[in-house]
Amino acid sequence: MDTASIASSAQERPKWDNKVQYLLTCIGFAVGLGNVWRFPYLCQIYGGGAFLIPYLIALVFEGLPLLYLELAIGQSLRKGSIGVWHSISPLLGGVGVASMIISLLVGLFYNTILAWVLWYFFHSFQEPLPWSVCPINENRTGYVQECVDSTPVNYFWYRQTLNITPDIEESGTLQWWLVVCLASAWSIVYICFIRGIETIGKAVYVTATFPYLVLTIFLVRALTLPGATDGLRYLFTPDWTLLMDPQVWLDAATQIFFSLSLAFGGLIAFSSYNPKKNDCERDTLVVGLINSATSLYASIPIFAILGFKATSNFNSCINSNILDLTNAFDIGETNITMENYESWLTYLNTTDPDKVSGLNLKHCELQNFLDQSASGTGLAFIVFTEAVIEMPGSQVWAVLFFIMLFSLGLSSMFGNLEGVLTPLLDLHLVPKWMPKELFTGLICVMNFLVALIFTLGSGNYWLEIFNSYVGSIPLLVIAFCEIIGVVCFYGMNRFSDDIESMTGRRPNLFWRVCWMGISPIMLLVVLVAYVVVQVQKHPTYPAWNPKYEKFPESEVKPYSSWVFAICVLLSTVPVLSIPIVAVYRLIRRQTRQQTGSSLPNPYDNQAFSTESFKTL
Amino acid sequence: MLAGVLLLIFLPPLVAKDLCKDSQDGFKVRLSIKTGLGDDAYEWNESEMFLFRSTLAYAMRKHSNQDTYTIDNILVCNDTQRVSFVFVVTSTDDPDQLIPKEQVELAVRQNKHRINNAFLLSDMTLEFMGIPPTLSAPIIYDTEPWLIVFGVVIGAVAVGIVALLMSTVSKKRRAKEKAAGLSEEDEGIVKENGTALSSLGRKEGVYNQAFSNDDRFTKL
Repeated sequence: MDTASIASSAQERPKWDNKVQYLLTCIGFAVGLGNVWRFPYLCQIYGGGAFLIPYLIALVFEGLPLLYLELAIGQSLRKGSIGVWHSISPLLGGVGVASMIISLLVGLFYNTILAWVLWYFFHSFQEPLPWSVCPINENRTGYVQECVDSTPVNYFWYRQTLNITPDIEESGTLQWWLVVCLASAWSIVYICFIRGIETIGKAVYVTATFPYLVLTIFLVRALTLPGATDGLRYLFTPDWTLLMDPQVWLDAATQIFFSLSLAFGGLIAFSSYNPKKNDCERDTLVVGLINSATSLYASIPIFAILGFKATSNFNSCINSNILDLTNAFDIGETNITMENYESWLTYLNTTDPDKVSGLNLKHCELQNFLDQSASGTGLAFIVFTEAVIEMPGSQVWAVLFFIMLFSLGLSSMFGNLEGVLTPLLDLHLVPKWMPKELFTGLICVMNFLVALIFTLGSGNYWLEIFNSYVGSIPLLVIAFCEIIGVVCFYGMNRFSDDIESMTGRRPNLFWRVCWMGISPIMLLVVLVAYVVVQVQKHPTYPAWNPKYEKFPESEVKPYSSWVFAICVLLSTVPVLSIPIVAVYRLIRRQTRQQTGSSLPNPYDNQAFSTESFKTL
Repeated sequence: MLAGVLLLIFLPPLVAKDLCKDSQDGFKVRLSIKTGLGDDAYEWNESEMFLFRSTLAYAMRKHSNQDTYTIDNILVCNDTQRVSFVFVVTSTDDPDQLIPKEQVELAVRQNKHRINNAFLLSDMTLEFMGIPPTLSAPIIYDTEPWLIVFGVVIGAVAVGIVALLMSTVSKKRRAKEKAAGLSEEDEGIVKENGTALSSLGRKEGVYNQAFSNDDRFTKL
């Protein structure tokens, strides 16, 4: 092989070592933290089993068609998001730019969540677990007041991890321990991402499969815990009346959309590295169905453990009441038990009601404890950690849980970063002298530096802003433009021809009906409904303020105007690129038509020119 | 006379009870034996009470450095089913005088762990109402455990990154050498059929004697 062909092979598009790597990467990207901490919560608040109906309808009519669309165009046009949309129509180039910006912004805060997971993971090796006991105050007279007022778990999360300020305006300082954890998180991401899909493809063998192993272990453990069945019954008992509430349908549609990680450009990037003849229809079904199945599978151990936690809390509540009664009335030690508590209470109430009411006994009801649901970071770092303390062998479970969260998040990070890297590589924005390793390193370093804002005292508030405003409306807008772009600008016939050349058969009626009708309409309805709901809600945030009079309840504060302006900017600037690029191209097209075509005239044979004719 | 003797005999216990019940210097004690020991719980009886009084006397002895305290200095009353009671400490000099509350508190605090151990209980299960338990000192590590785990993880990652970068550099160097080696061979030899002639290493090519220079000017 001579030098010329060596050079061209270096420029050749990288490809997956085998199909399994590709599928695992796509599954890993789709299956993320949301499957574990968002879906079970939605299932619970929207009437358990009944929620599955809007969820499955949204999956079939919205999720799968969009997923198929992205995988197909990536595979056929073989470019990252910017290149793909530019090929479909130069007017739509902005869609790719918007996808890239969103991937970048989401990658920033997503890795900060992974940094928090790492912090908890590092602390899971201690005995006793640091979030199980309150620390002692300076003069050793008692426990720290903030911890006593709330709970040790809350204290560890809000004070020892985040060191959160009471207000988003107060930025506080950089918390060095979070900076250290963030640096480790970005280093781990870098080592997997260092050569693009070459290294990602190897890393996903572990990161995409490990969570399933841990979920299974947790499932077995959780089902043997007392109170697990209460939790599961609570989760899955269907409440059909809730299906009338449009909010349920809206949340189901948005959940399936964000869960599949559509419109990030990552899926397009991954499928662009596929060989041309690959059955992307089957890939779609595999990825989509595994993603939803994982959500369901994850909710079982989560809810079993939450049921166990509710039962433990209920038992401690009753036991503390029993202790109060025993001490106040000097009754024999184990005479009052959980079983005869009620009868004892009525007896004592008849004999000495004043004394009983003076004790201020807590009102214990299992339902109340089961209702204490949480999603997001609240589930992982507060509720679940509290449950883990009660389980025998807490350290093991804590370590397993946080490694699982880390690998779930890491495989999603790969998709985010590929959504940034692939378009940049395709646009040849990387200088020739820069090796890929250096470029990926630069991306990681720059992301790390910008993400330092999330390590400030007010970092968590900013992260919530990014989470709600970046990772929601812009994605819906991009997805809508994607589907309109393919159906209107590219043409359904051309697209069906491409699919036929890739999979060997044209897309059947179901897909065509979805792409041309059902999915765009559903997306538009969801987008409009989402915007309407967001606009009606006054933008507020829950702040952790120890000086609040109703502490430990969070103080609900409104966003000030400059913060709210940033929220609006975060929602609109990424999608602004769509109209900006479209308008720019339209203007270019108009001006080109006016000054004459710059394309070469195919009939211009430059060997024969008029001047040479004269000399003869 | 008999009445006086009887009064003398019965007065101390009556007075003692009064001292104990009405006093401000007494502490209420609560034991949760079944909670603390479960199946190994012992029965609370007079002997256990005797042990309690003697440990308290011991505590008073240690605190005041007087060896004069005996079990009779510890008076107990208000014994309940809960296993809770009130005790007071009388002074060694005057049985009608009580040791003030603060002194007793100090004595108990200093020797709490000995008292706990005598009964196989802990601060949670042997409570002196009004005397807060001394909290154990927070464990101070030389290096926090989390930093150790962090060090391990970041060390492994750094080694991995360096290894990957080195493998890239060596791969590039090997590719460059191969390319350089091939290009040297290209310049030197005019490749004809390949193998036989490349070993000659002559720059000008092969002189084909079928075509000789003598016939340069061909006879037309």
